[in-house]
Amino acid sequence: MDFDTPLFDTALAEAWIRSIAAAVEKEQDRLTELDSAIGDGDHGSNLRRGFDAALAALEGLQPTGPGAVLTRTGTTLISKVGGASGPLYGKAFRALGAALPEPAGPVALAEAMAAGLDAVRILGKAEPGDKTIVDAWTPAVAALRAAAAAGATLPEAAAAAADAAEQGARDTVPLRARKGRASYLGERSTGHQDPGATSTALLFRTLADVTGNR
Amino acid sequence: MKKLINTPESVLEDALAGFAAAHPELTVDIPNRVITRAARPAGPKVALVSGGGSGHEPLHGGFVGPGMLDAACPGEVFTSPVPDQMLAAAKAVENGAGVVFVVKNYTGDVMNFELAAEVAAEEGLEVRTVLVNDDVAVEDSTWTAGRRGTGATVLVEKTAGALAERGAGLDEVAALGERVNAASRSFAVALTAATVPAAGKPGFDLPEDEIEVGVGIHGEPGRRREKLRPARELAAEVVETVLADHHLTAGDEVIALLNGLGATPLLELYVVYGEVAARLAERGITVARSLVGNYVTSLDMAGFSLTLTQADAQLLDLWDAPVDTPALKRA
Repeated sequence: MDFDTPLFDTALAEAWIRSIAAAVEKEQDRLTELDSAIGDGDHGSNLRRGFDAALAALEGLQPTGPGAVLTRTGTTLISKVGGASGPLYGKAFRALGAALPEPAGPVALAEAMAAGLDAVRILGKAEPGDKTIVDAWTPAVAALRAAAAAGATLPEAAAAAADAAEQGARDTVPLRARKGRASYLGERSTGHQDPGATSTALLFRTLADVTGNR
Repeated sequence: MKKLINTPESVLEDALAGFAAAHPELTVDIPNRVITRAARPAGPKVALVSGGGSGHEPLHGGFVGPGMLDAACPGEVFTSPVPDQMLAAAKAVENGAGVVFVVKNYTGDVMNFELAAEVAAEEGLEVRTVLVNDDVAVEDSTWTAGRRGTGATVLVEKTAGALAERGAGLDEVAALGERVNAASRSFAVALTAATVPAAGKPGFDLPEDEIEVGVGIHGEPGRRREKLRPARELAAEVVETVLADHHLTAGDEVIALLNGLGATPLLELYVVYGEVAARLAERGITVARSLVGNYVTSLDMAGFSLTLTQADAQLLDLWDAPVDTPALKRA
């Protein structure tokens, strides 16, 4: 193995969670604004409460690998957030954690992200096109896999995933919501970007940032 | 926003402190947000646990007590509680016969209770979940999160609670809850929107002379908006809407819940109920029991919901059984 190729290791996992917490704090108002349009306006504050708690939960944790950081984060999100986003992101991070016991390269990371996506889809019973987290996460996994298969480095693969997730989030604008509280709006949910897909894009962008800065 | 609060952030905690002070017969764990009966039942008994976002009082905490719930988990205002609360509640009240979760059909509530049930099962607790989804305002369930849980929750909690009190088994209590939900249909009309304390302004804009027909208990949009009309016409329309989705025929008996959404005076609720009763009588449907008042509210929303539950001898017997909770008492 090329020792210059960075791996997704424990330090990177911790840096990712810190970066997410900072990004959620910065973007809280935008997430809340998007959620006010088609939901109940608490996505920003709920995620902020969750990731602040996730950061605090890492204090004193002596992780045995990147997975331990992510599992702890998932458990904390489930305990602190409530609503739909707490269980969905909580389950996703727990699945990521279970899939990443050891430092991982792009191929293993892509498969872990696929496991995270499965967790969201199973709990949320959502499919692509329902105007949810799944609409950003699905293209991100596809991009990660494609990049990994093409021999990309971790930063390259993560950057491709972030671009794909952001595009996926933008692509939710014309969709009609079929899950969650926005679904009761019917046609009136079109024309708005989904807040969950938007926060998923934030997760992948911060992942690209922390791997790129390594 | 004009509200009797200290700060928007402390509403739930402050209200739980008041609830605890007012009801020494209950145990209120304020930090963990769990309300339980002060004493466990003597013998093995199926434990009923419910919960949901706050703002719908007296649901669910007001229905904790002998004959109804064993525990309730209040979430933040209009936000589902978390699995830790439901687990703590289940462990606190489990009494050797298993636990039934009564869950209103909202995405967040369903997921959080599902996770709690998973962990409970891992820890050796037997759990069944009864999903309540009675709101006929949601027409195309395949394209939405499905029908919302509203007024039928009170009937499920009352009758399943009574059955559990009589020593029925876990599957029997859960099946009864599902049967009552299946026999129930509800529909609501809002005259004003609710204001969530943390938001500080009404959840939706409704002109002075308009109403939201088919509204949800968090202010979810209904089927349409229309001009306010006399109670007689509105009641007739709501009865027709509920019956259109029911399988009731002349000669059938129902339990009728005419529920206030929070800011409608009882005087007006009785005006509406009088019209509801008259319309049902015209259709040959007998109201075997009725309940009029504020039971599943939406903060300070003005308006009402009507729930009709098809009744039979067993349901009426369970409905009439003794109950001793803050919001519902019967000797």
